[in-house]
Amino acid sequence: MTATTMDGTRRDFLYVASGAMAVVGAAATAWPFIDQMNPTAAALAMATTEIDIASVQPGQQIVYKWRGHPLFVRRRTPAEIASSKAVDVSSLPDPLARNANKPDSAPATDDERVIKSEWLVLIGVCTHLGCTPTVSTPASPEGEYGGWLCHCHGSQYDASGRIRKGPAPQNLAVPPYAFLSDTRIKVG
Amino acid sequence: MSGPSTYNPKSGFEKWIDQRLPLPRLMHDTMQTFPTPRNLNIWYTFGGILTFCLGVQILTGVVLAMHYVANAGMAFDSVEAIMRDVNYGWLMRYIHSNGASMFFLAVYIHMFRGLYYGSYKAPRELLWIIGVFIYLLMMATAFFGYVLPWGQMSFWGATVITNLFSAIPLVGTQIATWLWGDFAVGDATLNRFFSLHYLLPFIIAGVVGLHVWALHVPGNNNPLGIDVKSPQDTVPFHPYYTVKDAFYLCLFVLLFAVFVFYAPNFFGNPDNYVQANPLVTPPDIVPEWYLLPFYAMLRSIPNKLMGVLVMGGAIVTLFFIPWLDTSRVRSCRFRPLMKQFFWAFAVVCVILGYCGSQSVDAAVAGIPLIWAARLATFYYFLFFWILMPIIGLIETPKKLPTSIAQSVLGEPAAAPAE
Repeated sequence: MTATTMDGTRRDFLYVASGAMAVVGAAATAWPFIDQMNPTAAALAMATTEIDIASVQPGQQIVYKWRGHPLFVRRRTPAEIASSKAVDVSSLPDPLARNANKPDSAPATDDERVIKSEWLVLIGVCTHLGCTPTVSTPASPEGEYGGWLCHCHGSQYDASGRIRKGPAPQNLAVPPYAFLSDTRIKVG
Repeated sequence: MSGPSTYNPKSGFEKWIDQRLPLPRLMHDTMQTFPTPRNLNIWYTFGGILTFCLGVQILTGVVLAMHYVANAGMAFDSVEAIMRDVNYGWLMRYIHSNGASMFFLAVYIHMFRGLYYGSYKAPRELLWIIGVFIYLLMMATAFFGYVLPWGQMSFWGATVITNLFSAIPLVGTQIATWLWGDFAVGDATLNRFFSLHYLLPFIIAGVVGLHVWALHVPGNNNPLGIDVKSPQDTVPFHPYYTVKDAFYLCLFVLLFAVFVFYAPNFFGNPDNYVQANPLVTPPDIVPEWYLLPFYAMLRSIPNKLMGVLVMGGAIVTLFFIPWLDTSRVRSCRFRPLMKQFFWAFAVVCVILGYCGSQSVDAAVAGIPLIWAARLATFYYFLFFWILMPIIGLIETPKKLPTSIAQSVLGEPAAAPAE
């Protein structure tokens, strides 16, 4: 009687232990198969790009490529800067600056979106589903806010790259960058 | 399989095989003597047509893979080389690209037929659910395949669809990066999509096997939606339905051939003959026609996460249909109320497709299409989650015939039909 119970318990223990071991083994085997899909070491090597911005005229945007994404460099006119500064942050859908050069909690005021007010540097990827928004100029306006319009699903950004209307949840991201001189920036 | 096997091995060799691997018995019982309701109409021939489509896609796909190069720098040129240099490469590619559209055309007819005749109702719930899984696998396969030519629509379609996953709170961005194998859609993405595009059709073939198995346990539903009651109600599958299926398959292939030979780019988008450019999004991104209704739903919701949830919910809803329909009558032929809402649903799906094909700010007769899409999306969910359960409870169905044979042949004494 006692022996039978002992036997049963022992068997149960072996059963559970080997079952648990098999689960751990399966998980350990599965992980390499999952992780191989993540970016390779080559893709992870953080690329930095130096850009000469001397040729960008006021009111103009030039698109560069950084880490596979379009990079917007826009030299803003005084009127665009003034209208961006005048916006009340509490009226914005996304109240955060989304600026890699500032603290995460920085508010989305125009000053927190730039290093120098004249230069707006953005990752040109719509925060909705990743399309490249089209820049708005006085000659060919795009959207109502004088910034960018994403033609894919109708998101509109202002001249500070902040989301104002449409399905995109966040402001256009500002990448980490620094001025090396007045006409040269290093991104990344 | 329903009923005992009627296979009778004649030669010694057939007996020898039958005792070791009864494959001839399986074929005989499922494709020859299988008792099938005698009243199946044209809409029941699409199961066979779909099997044909899968075969065509696998055959032409294997050939295309012999010439295609899955590399972001070479993919576009390799497709052009298939079109210009490879012997009959243009034919292989046009059959494959139009084949995808024909496949979806057939599957939508097949699904609407199942909805109309109540083919998802007991005891065929699993049959329906396996079918929805096949539909999901088809959508994934078609999406991966559309990326491979590495044109502008390929690239931006891939960008938009993979970005859907970034709507998931907290881990969304990591999931998107994991899918891409990079920080944007690129070479790594193209390679893995090619691998999966080659794999999935064989998974589909396996699940189709389960689908046919699940069909052969309860047997076919039929346009009357009533159960088979006696051998009088059925005919053997061969030759009656093999010939009927073959006849309509020929008509279907005729339509297929019209597109392949006379309008091979009818379903395509001219932007996909422009090589992928990560810096320029085309002004209007549209998915292939068969995904447009879901795309319209996504765009009609002005919130990223909600839009993605609604679109996913529209597909997940299909799994619950067997339990959302409370009616005891299967076929809409005897459901006067349901029939009207069914056709309204079919029209709504077309409206959604149209809305999805137009640009976001388009309007028809002064009405912004985004509102048409919102109303249509609302009806889609209303139909399945509210109308379907309620109508089943309040509707008075018409009188059902006593049997399939009586309905087809008239009263027992009447002259034999067919």
